[in-house]
Amino acid sequence: MTGVVISVFPFYWIVVMATNTSQDIYRYPPKLWFGDHLLTNVRHLFDKMAFFSSLSNTVIVAVCTTALVLFFDSLAAFAFAKYDFPAKKFLFGVLLSMYILPTQLAIIPQYEIMVQLGWLGTLKALVVPAAANAFGIFWMRQYTTSSVPDELLDAARIEGAGFFRLYWHVVLPCVRPALAFLGIYTFIAAWNDYILPLVMLVNPDRLTLQVALAQLYAGHSTDYSMVMAGVLLSVIPLVLVFTFFARGFIADATKGALR
Amino acid sequence: MSSSPVAGPAPSGPASGSGTGPTGSPASDRDHGPGRRAPQIRPVSAGSRRGPRRRVARYWPQYLAISPYYVIFTVFMLFPVLYTVFLAFQKWDGIGDMHFVGFQQFRFLWDDPVFWLSVRNTLVIWVLSTVPMLCMALVLAVLVNSTKRLTAFYRVALFIPSITSLVAIAIFFGAVFSNNFGLINAVLRALHLSAVPWMSNEWTIKLVISALMTWQWTGYNAIIYLAGLQAIPSELYEAARVDGAGPVRIFRSITVPLLRPIILFTVVISTVTGMQSFTEPQVLFGSEAATNPNSGGPGQAGLTTLLYFYHQAFDNNDFGYGAAIVWAFFLFILLIVVVNWRLVQRKEPRP
Repeated sequence: MTGVVISVFPFYWIVVMATNTSQDIYRYPPKLWFGDHLLTNVRHLFDKMAFFSSLSNTVIVAVCTTALVLFFDSLAAFAFAKYDFPAKKFLFGVLLSMYILPTQLAIIPQYEIMVQLGWLGTLKALVVPAAANAFGIFWMRQYTTSSVPDELLDAARIEGAGFFRLYWHVVLPCVRPALAFLGIYTFIAAWNDYILPLVMLVNPDRLTLQVALAQLYAGHSTDYSMVMAGVLLSVIPLVLVFTFFARGFIADATKGALR
Repeated sequence: MSSSPVAGPAPSGPASGSGTGPTGSPASDRDHGPGRRAPQIRPVSAGSRRGPRRRVARYWPQYLAISPYYVIFTVFMLFPVLYTVFLAFQKWDGIGDMHFVGFQQFRFLWDDPVFWLSVRNTLVIWVLSTVPMLCMALVLAVLVNSTKRLTAFYRVALFIPSITSLVAIAIFFGAVFSNNFGLINAVLRALHLSAVPWMSNEWTIKLVISALMTWQWTGYNAIIYLAGLQAIPSELYEAARVDGAGPVRIFRSITVPLLRPIILFTVVISTVTGMQSFTEPQVLFGSEAATNPNSGGPGQAGLTTLLYFYHQAFDNNDFGYGAAIVWAFFLFILLIVVVNWRLVQRKEPRP
């Protein structure tokens, strides 16, 4: 129970801070219950940062990344799971072994590549490098191998369906549960990413929420209530998405550890 | 509760791909690799030269399907990683010409006190966060496992910190541990204790960052342990209880040994993520040289190696040195992971 309280307390306190004035929190002893200044804090927040533009940047990045990852990874996973083709094992081995490379090793040249492509400061610089990932292919391949019956594929083949028709009409409906996990996982990761947007989004009016919030906090005389209103607004969508899908998500997320 | 995660549907291992190819030909599994033989349906003389290429052409949809990953991976990961090796031997500010300097960057790195300070900071923060995190997670998992009610709720509550953005958490910790107005100091004052200048003392800065990481990942690890606990057959516990073992004895002699592979997994994962701490100190203390010469906070106590890397590469535009730092650090993490692996592996239960 204490563990739960410790886990959840910060969210409670974020709401407390976001609904009171900074003076109330600074006061001694501080206010421990919700106040009614949320709207004022939000208004201050909107004055200080382009909240909606940051929000829409974040949403665009997260949605595009997720859509591309789901499509590319499930397609590649289908090929790896249900077909034999020359060099398949080698290619899959490359994919698995490269998974351990941390992204920081690549970030300086990535920055240069974005400069050369003219993508620096655009959302493309965030979406494209993240559009296909090894973990997703591995995950989807495991699921496709076991959950798409070969008989079903054979039956569709007899009807004359080719690779892409099989993928679209047979595989996709079968792998939906695995796609749901991969989708939320990718969405959360893209929503929360910090170092890549920090490096790539050089344009101050084209930031994602995380970078914009961090910059808001950087000042010396931070208005905590205002910043907490921003934190609250940035956390709520994610917590909602998560709690909606929580059951399946948690079970799937632990699977990786137990394999 | 949902089905035990251990019994996942997925047969594992990269070598299990014995799916039915479109031809169903059993030869297709064998005949790639250097000692390739022409498919037997075709006359050897006619097809031996064009055979492989033909075969590749026949599989174009499969290659097309996997190509996005390899294209993206090659352009944005493989090439950059190799290029970082190249950069580590150059002096480059990102705009002017590169100058080859050989091992000079690494020699400088070896003598750079700030680099070693950052490595020490990273290690201290990692130990201060990982040890309590994993211990608490294990205890939490055992406790949740022993209750039968509300497990779904506990899971969600424990999992939520790990999906919350690090920036939001860092800002929250910054506010709560603030020297003058923070909640923690207010509580201390209410208890008639003296306030602690959390954000200006060398050790408390590390403590705050460690507490932040502990808060974020304890629940996640607890859930992983919980899943492992549920796979332990309850007969084992009953047998132990019949033999008169107390809860502590059961925990030490049954729970911990049987969870060992999972504990190993969490140790490795926590090492890899813990050593990469960057966002926490970056958000808490900023990194811009112009506004904050003491990157990483007072006394550079929160300057982790990745923050130092970011600082050198993107604030000072010393890309060559940044590349050297990040490669040296990657090798260092690998070393730590291997050492860790050995240590945890060695705790075999003696027969």
